[in-house]
Parts: sequence; structure tokens; C-alpha cells
Amino acid sequence: MFGFILRRLAVAIPTLLLLIIFSFLLMHAAPGGPFTQERALPPQVLANLEAKYGLDDPLWRKIVDYVWGIVRHFDFGPSFVYPDRTVNQIIAAGFPITLTYGLLSFILAVVVGVTLGAAAAIRQNTWLDYLAVGVSIGAQVLPNFVMAPILVLVFTLILGWLPGGGWSFQNPDYWIMPVIALGTSYMASIARITRSSMLEVLSSNHIRTAKAKGLPARKIIMRHALKPALLPVISYLGPAFVSMITGSVVIDMYFSTGGIGKSFVDSALNRDYAVMMGVTILVGALTILFSLVVDILYAWIDPKIRY
Amino acid sequence: MNRFLMSTALACLLAVPAAAATVAEGDELADTQEYNFWLLDAIKTVDPQKNTDVEGSDVIRNLFEGLMNEDAKGAMVPGVASDYAVSDDGLTYTFTLRPEAKWSNGDPVTAGDFVYAWQRLADPATASEYAWYIELMNVVNASEVVAGDKPKEELGVKAVDDHTLEVTLTKPTPYFVKMLGHSSTFPNNQKVIEEFGDNWTQPGNIVGNGAYVLTGHNLGVDITMEKNPEYWEADNVVLTKLTGITVNDQNVGLTRYQAGELDRLQIPAGQYPRLKEEFPDEAVSLPYSCSYAYIVNLSDKGPESLKDVNVRRALALALDRDIIVDQVLQGGQRPAYNWTHWAIEGFEMPDIPMASMTQADRTAEAKKLLEEAGYTPDNPLNLTLNYNTSEDHKKIAVVAQQMWKPLGVNLTLNNMEWKVHTDRMQNQDFELARYAWCADYNEASTFVDYFRSTGKNEGKFSNAEYDQLLQDSVTSENPNDQYKRAEEILATELPLLPIYHYAKVDMIKPYVKGLPRENVMNTWYGKDMYITKH
Repeated sequence: MFGFILRRLAVAIPTLLLLIIFSFLLMHAAPGGPFTQERALPPQVLANLEAKYGLDDPLWRKIVDYVWGIVRHFDFGPSFVYPDRTVNQIIAAGFPITLTYGLLSFILAVVVGVTLGAAAAIRQNTWLDYLAVGVSIGAQVLPNFVMAPILVLVFTLILGWLPGGGWSFQNPDYWIMPVIALGTSYMASIARITRSSMLEVLSSNHIRTAKAKGLPARKIIMRHALKPALLPVISYLGPAFVSMITGSVVIDMYFSTGGIGKSFVDSALNRDYAVMMGVTILVGALTILFSLVVDILYAWIDPKIRY
Repeated sequence: MNRFLMSTALACLLAVPAAAATVAEGDELADTQEYNFWLLDAIKTVDPQKNTDVEGSDVIRNLFEGLMNEDAKGAMVPGVASDYAVSDDGLTYTFTLRPEAKWSNGDPVTAGDFVYAWQRLADPATASEYAWYIELMNVVNASEVVAGDKPKEELGVKAVDDHTLEVTLTKPTPYFVKMLGHSSTFPNNQKVIEEFGDNWTQPGNIVGNGAYVLTGHNLGVDITMEKNPEYWEADNVVLTKLTGITVNDQNVGLTRYQAGELDRLQIPAGQYPRLKEEFPDEAVSLPYSCSYAYIVNLSDKGPESLKDVNVRRALALALDRDIIVDQVLQGGQRPAYNWTHWAIEGFEMPDIPMASMTQADRTAEAKKLLEEAGYTPDNPLNLTLNYNTSEDHKKIAVVAQQMWKPLGVNLTLNNMEWKVHTDRMQNQDFELARYAWCADYNEASTFVDYFRSTGKNEGKFSNAEYDQLLQDSVTSENPNDQYKRAEEILATELPLLPIYHYAKVDMIKPYVKGLPRENVMNTWYGKDMYITKH
């Protein structure tokens, strides 16, 4: 097992490096640059800016300098668009926010989704099943950019219970709407996956054996059915977790949370090369890390899997 | 004291008191004097010399104060400078700074602070995206310093003593004083910038000389400013706190405005008529200093067909601007037949024949002109229009396509992301391109200068008479005569197809007082405002 983890981590480094190189090349291939503006800059001003940010170096040089900066100082460079902030500062300010609402959303989605899915499978073809399936389909088809304004309309304008946007680590009132808006569709997917996988497990031989043995239903479900039924859910959760904690552009836009989900899109549109690379690397590294975690969880759940 | 002969006659500023908030008679002040304004996006920086955004300028004007401020109508009034004089040749400006002006840390604001800030703006080491602004001001050696050919110390600005600032220009610049309201000319505290480096703009580090101090800045969430007790006119400042709240989605913004979280908000596209009916006291349409047009590529890379002025004229005639303004935009914008925004101070609108024709006559003439040029629905003129991603640009483009189609013009719409659009325009890689220009200062030259041969002029229009007029305008008694004539040339030569003049449609809570509504630059100062009981 340890050998496996070490091997996976060793592969992660060239993977990240490839990710950096590809993103870098794609980014520079896009027309326009960080300083392309409606009002074209005078050539000497542009030259000054390019010299300051090292944009006048050849491409290979830029990549090498960039990677070296990260390896040596963990320095992702200065932002091109926010002149008095570094990428490290932008990520340090935005990531804790998306991490907070993403993590809470994840917990909510998993707890509600698994419960709903399992309950629906156990009581298949009863009103509970129909209700659970109905709720999850409803949640799935209601995209978060529709849900977000509705939440604000109801909770801020009509009821006046919650602030319509913004962020505060001290006041959980600000977290509630982002958590609901982000978690709902994940919750729906989790419920559907859990339900179908649970149905499959419930009709399998070892469950029939357990029933024949006279084990109580509660024990059969908790010990023998739920664990194997969660395998497909877990493979879904790995990438879902990463995309939830790195935030969503829709949530950041509608609730003005200041999270990094929006930086991802903004930096690409603004050609803020440094922020874009920083966020890409963050998401890439987290994705690699959590697919490793998923693999380890697999081995724990399914004794047949050995690395 | 001064080597130059001053024409003190120009120091007419003292007639106007430098007013902070003047509470109107009968207005009862609210207990909490706080103003929450809407921001579309994060404030990128509050560094006066590095800012490039309009919203950034709104914030910076409250944190710093320049030599001059704007009044409610856009005229220049004293700021840190209590007075100024211009030499007879129009090349030297001497500003007298008020001795009571202070930084928020208690230091006096001196002429040296302006010299430092202006040098910093031009210094290649700062790499300011607004360095061109000081070149536009025609300050001596500005271009050389920006290019790195001369040290920044040779910039034509110097501190004669702590309270006298002298600026020398390369040529007379009638709009020079109007440019001083812009944040890139605001002073800076050298000590603070050197102590904190790039982190000097963070709350706690930052020291300003404006009516407010920055107390909080959460990127993309909010920015908070509180009253600066050291401000020289602090006794007359009524609002105690200003908060800029970022809401990227205007519809959510509208909900939050209605919930009372925002006091001012830009109305989402298309909702002005409904809101005006529902909230007549709150929905307002104010003239806003930008003009919208389709730029024609007249360069060698442009299509041959558009080099024919009659074809351009036909295209311009056939656009029914009333439909665009009244049916598509619906926000109090005005149809445009020229380039300079109608509300620019002192600008005199020339008589443009096209403007007074009926649309039926225009369309008939357009049809005739196109037929003469050989284009009919059977033998159509094929053109491409580039526009950047936006619902409004798309709607207008579709409307234009439909208006031109019956006359034999096949317009292909080419939508692209903003940066790509800009890049193509700057490389003359377009036929027709959607474009808008917003005034840098409240004078027509900021518009007409665009089409100078050596101006931004992405369509590469070139006209000797036009260039000469602009050249003459700088020494003219009344430069508006030249601007008017220049606009007449644009209206005949049509290097652009003017479409509309912008308006800003906002929701403003009725209890917010002192927000200027007649200033086409939409410049506002928290120090001039107050909140009435509600």
C-alpha cells in the first residue's frame, strides 16, 4: 500500500509539470494579452509593462522561470490585473472562502444524498421512493444559476432573513445560501447513484444469504448493503469534492463571496496569466491528491482490491 | 518668486466656494450617515497611478484629493489647490496649495507629494497603464520619461516651495485643468509607498489625503471607507462611511437594492421602463460620456467596398437609431449622428443633415446610394461586423443586420471574446467593428482626438483638414469651433457609423442627496453627499 502511494505521488509531479506546460502554451496561444485594452497602450508603456512582468522573454524562458519560482520560493508571481496583489495573496484570500462553503456543501450533499438514495432503494416503488426520485430530479434540473437568484429573492427580499450576498467568516448567515445553491445538484446526483447501486446490491446473493440467515434488516443494510453500494458513489465524490472546494463561478458571482471560483473564469478572460496558472495548478494538484484518496478508500471498502 | 509673468485673470476660482456637503433647507439628516454603492466587479487597485477602471476612480476620489475637483455639473473647482495661474504663453501653470491640506497620518500635503506622484506615473519602473495620460497632458518631457530616455526628475513638474507647484507644458493645452480631476494625477505619500512596497494600498498601511480612509477591502466582496478626521474640510463632511459592494449579477443586485442593502445600482438591461413606472422617484437616466459606433476599417486591410464614402453613407443612413434606442436599449440613450457625446460641456452640436431627415427619407436615400454603387438584394454587398460578447451588442448587431438586408447588404455577425475583439481591431483585422469611446475628461477633444491620423483611430481614417483643425484647436480662443467643424468632417466622411450616446440608468434611493445628476462624467464625491431621514 505504501509503495502504491509513493508511486502515485511520484507520477503526480510529471503530471503537474505537463499540466503547467500545456496550460502555459494554450494561454499564450489565445489572442490578446493581459494589457490588451480598448485604448491600445502606447508602445513604450507596453514595453515597460512587458519588461516588468517578464513578458518579453521567449516562451521556454517564461515557463522555466515560472516553474523555478514555484519550486524555489513557492511564488506564483504577481497578478497582471490586480497590480498590488500577488497570486499567493489572491489564492490565500479566496481559497478559504470556497473551501468553507464547498466543504459544508459537500457534507450536506453526501449526508442528504446518500440517505435519500438509500431510503428510496430500500422502499422501492413506495411513495418514499417516488418522493426521493422526484426531489433529486427536481434538484438536478434546477441549475444553480436559477436557484441562486430565487434564494436571494425569497430569503433576502421576501423573508428578510439572510444577507443577499457577501462573505464573513464570523457570521454563518452568509454561508447558508451558497451552501444550498452549490450542494443541491451534487446532492441529487449522489442520491441517484446511491439509489441505483443500492438496488443492485440489495438483489445480490450475499444479501439474500444474510436475509436467509435471519439477520435483522437494519444490520443487513448498514453492514452488508451500504458499504458495497457506496463504491460508485465514492468514485463520483473524488472529482466532485475538488470541484466543490475550489468553488463555482456561479456561486461566487451571484453571492459575491470573493471566492476563487470566479478567479478561474475572470483570469482567463482578462488574460491574467499568473492567476490563471495559480488556480489551474491548485485545482490540478487537488484533483491528483483526491483521486489518490479515492483509490485508498476503494481498497478499504472492497477487500478484493489490492494495490 | 516666479520667473513667469502671470495672467492672474484666470485665477477666477475663488468665486466658487469649495463646498463639501451642503444640506438643503428642510432636509432632516438620518441618524446613520452611511452610503452603500454597487460595484459590478472587484476593485483592482486603489493606487491612483495604477488604477485603470472607472469604478476604481470612484473609490480613489474619496481616498485621495487632487489639485482640482469637479462640481455637480462637471466644472472644475478647487481641491488641494486653492488657486492657480497660467503664464501668458499658456505653457506654465502655477498652483497654490492650501496649507491646511493634510494626509490621513497628519503630515501636511506638499507640492513635493504631487511631484513624486506625477514622476511615479511617468516612471517606466512603475509601468503604469495610465502613463499615456501624462503624455496627453503635454507635460514637458513626459514622453521621454515614459520611454525611459530621460530620468523622471526631468519631468516638467516641480515644487517651487511646499505650497507652490509649477507645471510646464510642451504646448498650450486648453483642457489641461480639466484633466486634473482624474485619479492618476492625485498626490501620493512617498514615505508610505517606500515603507510598504506593493502592499501600501492595504487597509492599515494606506495613507490618503481624501475625505475618507480605506478601512477594509475584501477582493470581490466589498470595500469600506470611513471618514478621515484629518481631511482639511472634515467639519463639512456628513457621510461617515462609504461601502462599495460587489454584485456581479445585476438582477441579484436589484433584489438586494430592493431589500435595502444597496443605495445605488445600475439597472439591468431592458428593465428601465418597468422600473421607471414602478419607482418613478428612484429610476433615473443620466447622460453618460460614452458614444457607441461601428468603426469602418479604411486601412489597406479593409474591404474595397467601404472605401466608397457613398456606401458608408448608405450604411449610416439605413440604421434606424430610434428603434435601437427606444426598442432595444430602452434606457434614455440618445440616437447619435456624430461622435462627441451631446452632453459634453461646451460642445456645440453641428448641423448634420442626416439627423433632421425622416427615417423613410434616409432609407430611400440609402437605397439609391447603394444602387448607384452597384449593390442590390440580387447582387448584395457582403460585410462582416465584429462585436464583443454582450447581449446588448448582439441585439443591436441583429437589428442592424435586419435593417441593411432589404437594401442589399449581407451582414455576417462575428461575435468574439473581448480581448480577441480588441486585438483584431488594433491590428486592423476587421471590416466593421463595434466600438465605444468614453471621455477621459469633460471636453470634446477627448472624442475628436480619436480620429486624428496619429490618434487611436483603429480604422485608420486620415484627413489633412481634420488633423489641421485639431492642431489649431490647442491655441484657439474657442476650440469648440474647431471641434464642431471636425465633427462636420466626420459626418461627411463617415469613418464611423454613429449609433447612440450613452446614458447611465440607475436606481438611486430617494434619501441619498448630493449625488450629481448633471455631470456627464458621473463623477461623485462622498464628501458632497448626505442621507436624509427615511
